[in-house]
Amino acid sequence: MRNFLTFLIGVIFGTGIAMSGMANPAKVINFFDVAGNWDPSLAFVMGGAVIVAFFGYRLVLARPRPVFEPIFDIPANRKIDLRLLFGAAIFGVGWGIAGFCPGGALPALGTLDTRVVVFVAALIVGMLGTRMLLKQATARTEQAQ
Amino acid sequence: METSFTPIASLAGGALIGLAAVLLMLVRGRILGATGILAGALWPASRYDWVWRVMVLAGMVCGPWVYLGLAGTLPAIDVPASYPLLVVGGVLVGIGVTLGSGCTSGHGVCGLARLSPRSFAATGMFMLTTGITVYFIRHILGG
Repeated sequence: MRNFLTFLIGVIFGTGIAMSGMANPAKVINFFDVAGNWDPSLAFVMGGAVIVAFFGYRLVLARPRPVFEPIFDIPANRKIDLRLLFGAAIFGVGWGIAGFCPGGALPALGTLDTRVVVFVAALIVGMLGTRMLLKQATARTEQAQ
Repeated sequence: METSFTPIASLAGGALIGLAAVLLMLVRGRILGATGILAGALWPASRYDWVWRVMVLAGMVCGPWVYLGLAGTLPAIDVPASYPLLVVGGVLVGIGVTLGSGCTSGHGVCGLARLSPRSFAATGMFMLTTGITVYFIRHILGG
């Protein structure tokens, strides 16, 4: 039951992505192309999503705990550091080049479109490489201490 | 590549995305960030932690087919980028979301909705660099 509901939540997300047009790189890129074929749709997607999540989270987080888990697992870090800003900046460059973000590409993977498969494979390579470098850096810092 | 402005479908799709984020918090107490869910599915912390992520991902890939049932067509996927650029873009997105701890869904939807200062900073930053990148490709390189 717990896992089936979790699966259905994924279906709702994926359907929302498909309906919103965010599985379509041309539409994403045209949002940012204010100087060209501007398509403001992305603002409506984010607006709709943030408003629903803002009010929904307030209702949900008023509960003592989630339905199937002991605690709400919410990031406690509130510090804006260079790593966050640098990462977000690189993500934006990649998003602008490809037009896919992970939330758009993962549902689109369901169509088995070769271009989506290539993007997601490259995404995983980038994630893996960065994790390995971060791990090495952490190990080196620990050794130095 | 021109696309038409779809305010109603985009608002409705966005509302579904927000609803999914709220339900995942209600049911599993988790943030619905595509990057974090994928990373934890590929490099699991425990079997229990792995299962819910795979369930969400399995549901996500059904999205286009549910949409086919509703709209009678699969969602359009028009990709202006060439294959080499898709690879470059994909790797950069992978690096960026790992360093920046999230993407459009984790920071741009869930983070903004819970008024996280980190997510406001990250979303502002990536919207800016995406805009600059698109301007550069479209209007300076002329792609």
